[in-house]
Amino acid sequence: MDFSLNEIQEMLADSIDKFIDNEYDFDTRQKHAASAAGYNPDVWSTFAELGWTAVPFSEDDGGFDGGPVDIMLMMQRFGRGLVVEPFLANVVLAGGILKRVADAGQKQRWLQAIIGGELQATLAFTEPQAGYDLSDVATTAKPDGDGWILNGRKGFVPNGATSELLIVPARTAGEPGDESGITLFAVAADTQGISCNAYHTIDGLRAAEFRLDAVKVAGDTVLGEAGAGYGALDETIADATLAVCAEAVGIMRVLKDKTIEYSKSRSQFGVPIGSFQALQHRMVDMLTECEQAQSLLIWAAMTHAAGGEDASRAVSSIKYLVGTSGQKLGEEAVQIHGGMGVTWDLDVAHYFKRLTAIGQMFGSADWHLDRLAARAA
Amino acid sequence: MQVTFSAEEREFREEVRAFFRDEYPEDIREKQAQGAELDPEDQVRWQQLLHAKGWAGINWPVEYGGTGWSPVQKYIFATEEANANAPIIIPFGLSMVGPVIYTFGNDEQKQRFLPDILASRVWWCQGYSEPGSGSDLASLKMRAELAGDHFVVNGTKTWTTLGQHADWIFCLARTNTDVARRQEGISFLLVDMKTPGVSVKPIILLDGTHEVNEIHFDNVKVPVDNLVGEEGKGWTYGKVLLQHERTNIAGVARSRYRVRRLRKQVQKSVRGASPLAGDKNYMRRLAAVEVELKSLEYTELRTLAAVASGNAPGPESSILKIKGTEIQQAIDMLYLQASGYYALPYVPDQYAPDFSGETIGEGLETQSALRYFNNRKASIYGGSNEIQKNIIAKHVLGL
Repeated sequence: MDFSLNEIQEMLADSIDKFIDNEYDFDTRQKHAASAAGYNPDVWSTFAELGWTAVPFSEDDGGFDGGPVDIMLMMQRFGRGLVVEPFLANVVLAGGILKRVADAGQKQRWLQAIIGGELQATLAFTEPQAGYDLSDVATTAKPDGDGWILNGRKGFVPNGATSELLIVPARTAGEPGDESGITLFAVAADTQGISCNAYHTIDGLRAAEFRLDAVKVAGDTVLGEAGAGYGALDETIADATLAVCAEAVGIMRVLKDKTIEYSKSRSQFGVPIGSFQALQHRMVDMLTECEQAQSLLIWAAMTHAAGGEDASRAVSSIKYLVGTSGQKLGEEAVQIHGGMGVTWDLDVAHYFKRLTAIGQMFGSADWHLDRLAARAA
Repeated sequence: MQVTFSAEEREFREEVRAFFRDEYPEDIREKQAQGAELDPEDQVRWQQLLHAKGWAGINWPVEYGGTGWSPVQKYIFATEEANANAPIIIPFGLSMVGPVIYTFGNDEQKQRFLPDILASRVWWCQGYSEPGSGSDLASLKMRAELAGDHFVVNGTKTWTTLGQHADWIFCLARTNTDVARRQEGISFLLVDMKTPGVSVKPIILLDGTHEVNEIHFDNVKVPVDNLVGEEGKGWTYGKVLLQHERTNIAGVARSRYRVRRLRKQVQKSVRGASPLAGDKNYMRRLAAVEVELKSLEYTELRTLAAVASGNAPGPESSILKIKGTEIQQAIDMLYLQASGYYALPYVPDQYAPDFSGETIGEGLETQSALRYFNNRKASIYGGSNEIQKNIIAKHVLGL
């Protein structure tokens, strides 16, 4: 039994910690979030130079062969810094599909560029009507000579507007809700017929909706086998779910620590508010929620890494916990900060908002609890 | 990062499994399966079987006859013990007074008491709480006045678990009232329950069981040889002991066993035409408890890993008691809810060996409410969960 990190993991964790501590304070984050792109391209280049964009890819693909545990370490720290740079969109989502199903040429063209920090890419995994059902793909792809013609709509696409490459699941057979018949396409965002409706999200990040109106793509944009894209989509979203849960656990720890710190410095009735038992017990609950989530995250990452039938249970368990006790921890952090907790200026509010946004992504707590409940029934 | 066991640890696990498979008496196994109360003789017989195997002093150092097990071995043992649904070892001798005696007692006391504790030849009980001193233990009033070669002890102890079977009691008593802090002047005394002036009055718990007692001390003469460690240092020794109690009451392995058993039960229990497993609300609640329990399992493993690598347990260890008992009680409620009308019969007698009538329902169901009632104690004893939060707020959060 050993929860210690190996040497490479130690170095990775250490380098991200240093970066957050030295170059990514809250004001810097806010500046990046408010910029035109919603993140800082120079910082993204730094991520690539430091090798962070290569972590989850095989050595053959030019990566470090990292797994869920490594991503967990990274995302916890990105959570701590409330990082807005598009690691999720590029590395976890787009990279996740490419590493699973792209052929050598496609990897050379796109995955290498993602690892190098030269290409912005994302995954259009959901549609307006689909909710959390990944198989509810109504976007169609019809054969057209050597290529295909895509029609349909895509909902919440993280960093959609700044992405040059969109990975688009489209139906080449069957009906929405069928797992088979989904094909994955790598589509240049500037292809004729694609319109992008970009928006800010509640947590200061960026996303977009897309319309695909008779979008013509070449045959070599198909990733993997036609009609068999669901597996890679499902696995990639599982990776992404775990990744945002790790980010959430990083956020939870910050909120817990900041709240305790604040309760020691804020005085009312002539004493620090942290001396009130009514608040002390609630902060102990925050500690409990934080440590429980940390423990479950470790189990989930290791179990997901091992694969097998417990892997999806692991992902649903941590997403449920983050969505329930994590959300409660966020609410408590705001509450104990009092009036300051509900101001735009204080970082606590922004951590809370990101936590809330994560709760809405890749299946809500209820949705994952249903999956867990159905498992045994 | 890995949570697999080493080859030696896997071998150890096999040995523990084999022991529970081969040495665990069938009659006790059956009573446990029904949730029936064990006779004191059953309890002693089981603990003596563990002793014969050399596994009675789980936390004891080897020099006093303990196992000397690593934290991982203890974890494996606890898991297998729970999976076998074996009786919980009565903690007062083996887990509580034993460690105090081998840590703070003199050689004469070690020789006199430890072998009998290890062999479960003497039944011990705990004299800490008093009618006026629950969570505020330092307010205790029991007096022990020195009179030559003995103390004269007067006062009342309460919530004394299984004191009706006990041969000896360990007590915190005031030997000095002229002190600056009330934690001072308290001494740790060992008292033979057969001493004149000791009387035991039962307290019946809400499930109808006689589990705890009030113990009265009326001019009880206790030899000074029965004072453990230094006079006036009892509070310190008692705290060490309470600390020990706290790490043992998370009950993760037991809860895991109970949830697995419940998963089988929900396939059998019916709600109208379909099994309970089809009840979405119920299954959601069960799934939610499983998530909490899995988290706690890993919280415990993180604590073990820290201890195993020579570090002090981190803040995660302090939440074990609170979360552990909350989960136990949530599972109690799930069993109750799974039992429907069969939670209602109050029929503890039907599990007695000499019962000859027609039994009503199954043990899991007809004992479910009683277990639920009884186990409300879990968040109260060993320092109530609110007291635990006070301690964490002060010592972990620095508030």
